Amino acid sequence: MADPMRIRAQAAGDKATVRVLMSHEMESGQRKDAAGKTVPAWFIQEVEAKLNGKSVMTAEWGPAVSKNPFLQFTVKGAKAGDKIAVTWKDNKGETRTDEASVS
Amino acid sequence: MRMTKALSLIALTALASTAAVAQKTAVQSIEEYRAMLQDGNPADLFEAKGEDLWKQKRGPRNASLEKCDLGKGPGVVKGAFVELPRYFADTRRVQDLESRLLTCMENLQGLDAAQIVKTPFGKGEQNNMTALATWISAESKGMKFNLSQAHPAEKTFYEVGKRLFFQRGGPHDFSCASCHGQDNTRIRLQDLPNLTKNPGDGVGFAAWPAYRVSNGQMWAMQQRLNDCYRQQRFPYPGFASDATVALGVYLGVNSQGSASVAPAIKR
Repeated sequence: MADPMRIRAQAAGDKATVRVLMSHEMESGQRKDAAGKTVPAWFIQEVEAKLNGKSVMTAEWGPAVSKNPFLQFTVKGAKAGDKIAVTWKDNKGETRTDEASVS
Repeated sequence: MRMTKALSLIALTALASTAAVAQKTAVQSIEEYRAMLQDGNPADLFEAKGEDLWKQKRGPRNASLEKCDLGKGPGVVKGAFVELPRYFADTRRVQDLESRLLTCMENLQGLDAAQIVKTPFGKGEQNNMTALATWISAESKGMKFNLSQAHPAEKTFYEVGKRLFFQRGGPHDFSCASCHGQDNTRIRLQDLPNLTKNPGDGVGFAAWPAYRVSNGQMWAMQQRLNDCYRQQRFPYPGFASDATVALGVYLGVNSQGSASVAPAIKR
């Protein structure tokens, strides 16, 4: 089971800034371990953000994204109290969803 | 004609000098880069994990660490970090945050302390240790270091730490002071704080535990100090060893009154 994300969403005017910190190894598949064997690729492939259940952003990620990635974006029309949910899915099929309310 | 030429020359030199003033120093650029990283410090993830671990019932005794005494009474976390290392009457030893956690994990949870000491950094229970240290340090963020020097053992540890700091050895004939004994020096892009005196708010002892962006690892003070020895081509003094605790006392007492920024973020 993957560790939880940290999601902060702050409304300013008619927009909200969302900051997401994800806990993931993001192994590129290019590295070798101490024994010289390739460390298998393991990275987040799909990211989706939802505002009150409605999809507002999707992203396709690859192995170039850093370990424990940080994502920031703004959502138009998000008000205080709205729910922001972020889901990621990695190349092993593992997935995690976390939710936060806009403050 | 000659007049205008002279004037424009003056104008040009004036321009050049303002450009020189506006030019950022390397240190300022590094500061800017760190400020950009600060917002999404992955140390937050370790902090959350540490808080869960503190409250979670674990180990053979199925107990949480909530009764752990970090020096300010059982279960008091806030402000404990900036007063460590200190002397503990129950163990009759000077302990830093991590060696104290080790005591609590053994006494409260029944975990095998000797086994944890032997575990390499970044593996198994050591990861939990780092997460706990990260959360505990975060609970004292912004507070000022105030280490006790009241007990004779604390004074002894300070003197021992000082001796170790200046002790040269190994194939490079290095001491801690070789790199950390002068002002305004750098190794590649990293500033080397002068740790023989108070380096100021959020520098040196006041900046660990920290997340290192380049290798994606969270390091607490024990790993920092042990790795300093590795860089000196010395063997590790060992996790929670008296040598590392003594160095912690020396650095901590020197940082008296400086604010802690831990958990920090490094390149």
